[in-house]
Amino acid sequence: MRAPGATIGNVGLLRRIPLGALALASLVLVTTALIFAFYVAPNDANQGFSQRIFYFHVSIAFTAYVCFACGAWKALRHLWKRDPRADLESYVCVHQGIIFGAMVLITGSIWAKMSWGRWWVWSEDELVLFLVLYLFYCAYFMLRFSVDPGPQRANLSAVYALFGVVLVPVSFMAIRLAKELYHPRVFTLKGPNFGGWILVTYLVAQAAILVLAYTLYRIEIAGKRLDLRLRELREVLA
Amino acid sequence: MTTAEKYVTAAYCVVFAIVLVYVVLIAVKLGRLDREVSELERRAETARESEEREPAAVG
Repeated sequence: MRAPGATIGNVGLLRRIPLGALALASLVLVTTALIFAFYVAPNDANQGFSQRIFYFHVSIAFTAYVCFACGAWKALRHLWKRDPRADLESYVCVHQGIIFGAMVLITGSIWAKMSWGRWWVWSEDELVLFLVLYLFYCAYFMLRFSVDPGPQRANLSAVYALFGVVLVPVSFMAIRLAKELYHPRVFTLKGPNFGGWILVTYLVAQAAILVLAYTLYRIEIAGKRLDLRLRELREVLA
Repeated sequence: MTTAEKYVTAAYCVVFAIVLVYVVLIAVKLGRLDREVSELERRAETARESEEREPAAVG
């Protein structure tokens, strides 16, 4: 069994990967995922060509959940350990989650139009729950920017991000508990609902989107930290 | 191109466009930060020059 410190050490290792290497890995993985999705993976027996949206749609949805979960984890670190970096990291994670969440909603709507003939179905619990999760995290920014920068803003944002993460398993389970079962179930208790090249393509796409999200996270956090340092320097020089 | 192919292409294009807009916004922000660093460097240089030009107090 691994000690918790080992996991935190691994996160530290991730931070040491040069940004250039991450960007290159993202480019290679996304290109490979696109080639697999369009040229290697076979057509689905039921849905045909339209199923190919799933490789990025599901990967992006999973990545959005990971971003919100990371945001909550960083928020917990802020409240628990008073880690000075955690508030900004939590904010950037939630921001990433919102960007990937927008992609999930748009690609999902395109798939719905193709398969169901409608852009949105209000009677589908899983769609509405994901929208609720998305809007909940949109409100995070309204809360954060309505309070002056400082410890109070950091604490309020952290508590909000922690509450929001409760909606992640609810949204994830809603697809499995939906009565209508219009929304395809990709993962069940017995494992993934597919195999062969479809599974390989999904795994490549999932890795590509996760690495892309981490690269964008690193770029954004570097920019935000530089901005903060410059603001402090300007105050000193003024 | 079939209807399904058009929709799938549109979905992937949307993902690409969102990532592109995000990267462009980050690049614009980094450009602004770069200009601010240059301005601070210029101010620091001016301050150093004026310090060097000040006559030393005698006695």
